Amino acid sequence: MRATGAGAKPYLDPYLAGAMLGVVLFAAFFLTGNGLGASGGIARVLVSLEDRIVPEHVDRTAYLLQMAGGERNPLDHWIVMITAGTLVGGFFSGLVHRRLRPETQRGRGVSVPTRLAFATLGGVLMGFGARLARGCTSGQALSGGAVLSVGSWAFMFSVFAGGYALAWFVRRLWIAED
Amino acid sequence: MAPFALVDVLGKPLAYALYFLIGVAFGAVLEMAGFADSRRLAAQFYFRNLTVLKVMFGAIVTAMVLLFLTSALGWVDMQRVWVNPTYLVPGVVGGLVMGVGFILGGFCPGTSLVAVANLKLDALFFFVGATLGVGAFGETVGRFPEFFYSTSLGRFTLPQWLGVPTGVVVVGVVLMALFMFWGSEQLEARFGHTDAARYPGAALRAPTPVARRRRRVAGFALLGGALIVAGLGQPTLAQRWESVRSTRQVDLETRAAYVHPGEVVDLSQDRTVSVLVLDLRDEAEFNVFHLLDSKRVTMDEIEGGLVGLRLLAAPPSTVTVLVDDREARSTQAWKLLVAGGVPNVYILEGGIDRWLTTFAPGLTDGTSTHFAAALGAGYREANPDHLVGHGLEYESKVKLQTRRKLGGGCG
Repeated sequence: MRATGAGAKPYLDPYLAGAMLGVVLFAAFFLTGNGLGASGGIARVLVSLEDRIVPEHVDRTAYLLQMAGGERNPLDHWIVMITAGTLVGGFFSGLVHRRLRPETQRGRGVSVPTRLAFATLGGVLMGFGARLARGCTSGQALSGGAVLSVGSWAFMFSVFAGGYALAWFVRRLWIAED
Repeated sequence: MAPFALVDVLGKPLAYALYFLIGVAFGAVLEMAGFADSRRLAAQFYFRNLTVLKVMFGAIVTAMVLLFLTSALGWVDMQRVWVNPTYLVPGVVGGLVMGVGFILGGFCPGTSLVAVANLKLDALFFFVGATLGVGAFGETVGRFPEFFYSTSLGRFTLPQWLGVPTGVVVVGVVLMALFMFWGSEQLEARFGHTDAARYPGAALRAPTPVARRRRRVAGFALLGGALIVAGLGQPTLAQRWESVRSTRQVDLETRAAYVHPGEVVDLSQDRTVSVLVLDLRDEAEFNVFHLLDSKRVTMDEIEGGLVGLRLLAAPPSTVTVLVDDREARSTQAWKLLVAGGVPNVYILEGGIDRWLTTFAPGLTDGTSTHFAAALGAGYREANPDHLVGHGLEYESKVKLQTRRKLGGGCG
């Protein structure tokens, strides 16, 4: 395994990447009537696990029931296909561009355990917030933004607002005192 | 016309394969943009590298212009494209929570998937956390359903909110995005770094002259596309009817869209549906006699699309019954509402004239214009509650359709 930076190819020009992502998003809407998403797939994989381990609990919880009630298979849904594809596409792109490498990416001066602890905490908040907002950055901000949903635009600005509001206080996580 | 009900058209395996391929493209582009690197994502919030904003807004405006351009050309039916319903306050609170999670965790759910696939350990921990968060929500949402379903505005778009044509909003969003791109470059010039060894992931790379030229061309193309969208305008309801005529005209020809007065009376007593009666007659006719709780709307209001939008926001158990003196205006209104994607719209068979000959044969000579007094809904025969047990035989036409054929959202 080589170090990041050595053999890794540079990232795309962000505007080109944006245009390409826009074309993918448009293709999704044009062909399927649906946008993109990620948190929905994560939720369904989780509910599928719960349905296997504690089916009685799933059958008693209304929110889980709509995904896994009775004979319903939570994985039998288009968003799960998108999520699986996202993993595979991300993997092959990393492979081709020589960025596939086990590592813990973190700000300078941040220990690995600290980074992993905050990653977990941030993940919990992200997962909870994404379900509360009925979609994540992909399914709500990106997809809903392109079709001009009022709620999606309000959501998008809220995400940036939340991030910027806290960024200064946690700057040691990402930017060393330099 | 696009979009397609893929599972019906292709069958499930092929449709799912296509969704999978869309996901592959999605994941690959996210990775190529550098979104598998939490340092790059977090740098957004310190103005050091605004790739997140550039990619997100670039994607939004690209997809938006392409969508509304194809819609203006009649290639895409926007009514069948999923628009995330607005639940304003839960959306904003969820967004703030996610923003906090973003800066602490360094990913959002989609980018964490890509980073996990690239063996980033921090992404794996984030992903496990996100799964726990999703689980925690599923376990607790039962305690705050009022909040979760509060401030529900349905399918509510910026053009509706601002009361301006879609094309104007499209141009405005493109201009805003171009301004934000310009601002991003200023911020990066001020706060960014180019030393890749010292600032891994977040370091900036100066664009080549070719890339610069391409950016300018792309900016003008976007703005040009948006102006074309504004110039063409979105299809009117009458134009949309032409595109759904082949599938829906049959409901008029077979009379499946016409409900018998007796069925309207019985529906009004059915607690599982709520009947909304829209009366298209002139104000004078309406004032003489109309059904209790019916609302008068004009063809202009229907053609303008406002009535359809309000009906789309109504509960899914709403059955709309259109009323004319006979059937001419109600049939025309039915076409426009159906073209706008409104479910469960029906026409009162024979209109008010038929209603009167059915329920009040002594009151008129069979036309709605011969009344002694203009009592509006004051007539006994205007209140369906008084007409229960009419004993009329009819063929039931109303089939409540509560589920849209194209689902959507984050699943």
